[in-house]
Amino acid sequence: MTQSIWRMPRWFHQMGSPKWFYDFGGSLQPWFAIAAFALLTWGMVWGLAFAPADYQQGNSFRIMYVHVPAALLSQSVFLGMAVAGAVGIIWKIKVAFMVARSCIAIGATFTAIALLTGAIWGKPTWGAYWVWDARLTSTLVLLFLYAGVMALNQAITDRQIAGKATAILAIVGTINIPIIKYSVEWWNTLHQSSSFTLTAKPSMPADMYLPLLLTVLGSYCVFVLVILIRTRAQILQTQSGANWLMQHRDITGA
Amino acid sequence: MYFESFDGFWHMAGHGPYVWSSYGLFVALLCLNVWHARSQKLKALKQAKAFIRRN
Amino acid sequence: MIGFMLTIIRRDLLLVARQPAEMINPLVFFVLVIAMFPLGISPEASILSQVAAGVIWVAAMLATLLSLELLFKLDHDDGSLEQLLLAPYPSWCLVLSKVFVHWLVSGLPLILISPFIAMMLFLPDHAIPTLMLSLLLGTPTLSLLGAIGAALVTGVRGGGMLLTLLILPLYVPVIIFGASSVAAAAQGMPVDGYMALLAAMLVFALMITPWAAGSALKL
Repeated sequence: MTQSIWRMPRWFHQMGSPKWFYDFGGSLQPWFAIAAFALLTWGMVWGLAFAPADYQQGNSFRIMYVHVPAALLSQSVFLGMAVAGAVGIIWKIKVAFMVARSCIAIGATFTAIALLTGAIWGKPTWGAYWVWDARLTSTLVLLFLYAGVMALNQAITDRQIAGKATAILAIVGTINIPIIKYSVEWWNTLHQSSSFTLTAKPSMPADMYLPLLLTVLGSYCVFVLVILIRTRAQILQTQSGANWLMQHRDITGA
Repeated sequence: MYFESFDGFWHMAGHGPYVWSSYGLFVALLCLNVWHARSQKLKALKQAKAFIRRN
Repeated sequence: MIGFMLTIIRRDLLLVARQPAEMINPLVFFVLVIAMFPLGISPEASILSQVAAGVIWVAAMLATLLSLELLFKLDHDDGSLEQLLLAPYPSWCLVLSKVFVHWLVSGLPLILISPFIAMMLFLPDHAIPTLMLSLLLGTPTLSLLGAIGAALVTGVRGGGMLLTLLILPLYVPVIIFGASSVAAAAQGMPVDGYMALLAAMLVFALMITPWAAGSALKL
């Protein structure tokens, strides 16, 4: 009776070895840098200069091309951090913890951008920088979650423990994000004191929608780029004793 | 080009400051992040070289 | 396993009995923080009764957080935490029994004195039972989620402030439904929906705390 043992694919375990990740990541890094730059500039220029203005909001809707990617990324980066942490805990892969720790700064940045651009966008649309709208509030709570993970990460000096602690907090945080989102959504409808809420997403013709797709993809490329750089930096810090690093061309400068 | 002149492009019918500040923030904070990541990596590389040269 | 948990509960209750200050301080803090609000906002009944529910719940949250830091810290410092973790029982037994003791010491007294505080803030009398019930369902959740934070920050410098930073965002749903249930009761509206959600959050916290706090302690 052939026993099919479900085993993780080879690349999964390969990704776990610092040496392989360092080289593979290094080769990918320039490509993501170029892709990020190209996609973002193309999307932003298109969104700024060529996309038609929204009939209701006029030109202020162009902020959407920057706000929506940031809001989208802020959530998926947190999820990515939790997944990386979970992989680290389950399969005991140290590189996964490094990836999780690399997500924190870029995720917090995207959340901050989403909040700031959301507030700036709110001024011409609602006439106020800050409105306790459901989405703005839950993004604010998400920023606090990031701050918590960041603070925990810096407080623990030992890198191994910091990695696991970050992973646990990220997982607990991710489980709570939908609960926080719905309770804030519900709370907002109860206290419907603010007469206006974020207008529903305008149904967008193609040349309004495509720049958004570009900036979202560009933002994801920036995310992956930063992850690669920061993870490789951590590999250098922790693997300084390893002999594969001694003969590595980056070190010997060959 | 949606706008007829560069001046119109800059002012965007009054919404210019909001739009340009948002884009500026987006680009600035992302570049800050990438730059910080790179500087961390270069520092780590320098430390690794120093560590290896020491023993 | 139950015997093991009971011994831990008995041991911790003995420790608290020997130092009642550890139990009294969060209570005094709770009343003190609430007494600040009339001084800060205004003594009129009309204003105070509106904010009473929120003030009581936020004060309860802060009081729980204050007493949470010592949950594992004392045992961690004198090394008994390692011994307890080496016991032949899963780590969540230790976590749950410690959380239960923490709730007995900090959550229950809050519930018992909340009627007097509610009167101090002119909360309508018919809302007081709802306040106590919502606190009964809410404070264990606060203790459970807080235990995850406490487990994460044991042995870390500056643990107290860090704990607050980690866990307060997770308290958002509890504070929303807790405070609005009391506010709804004050206006005479039915509250069983809020109570169901508070109970659901309690069960949810009971589910994730053993794993999270247990593995956090073993770091």
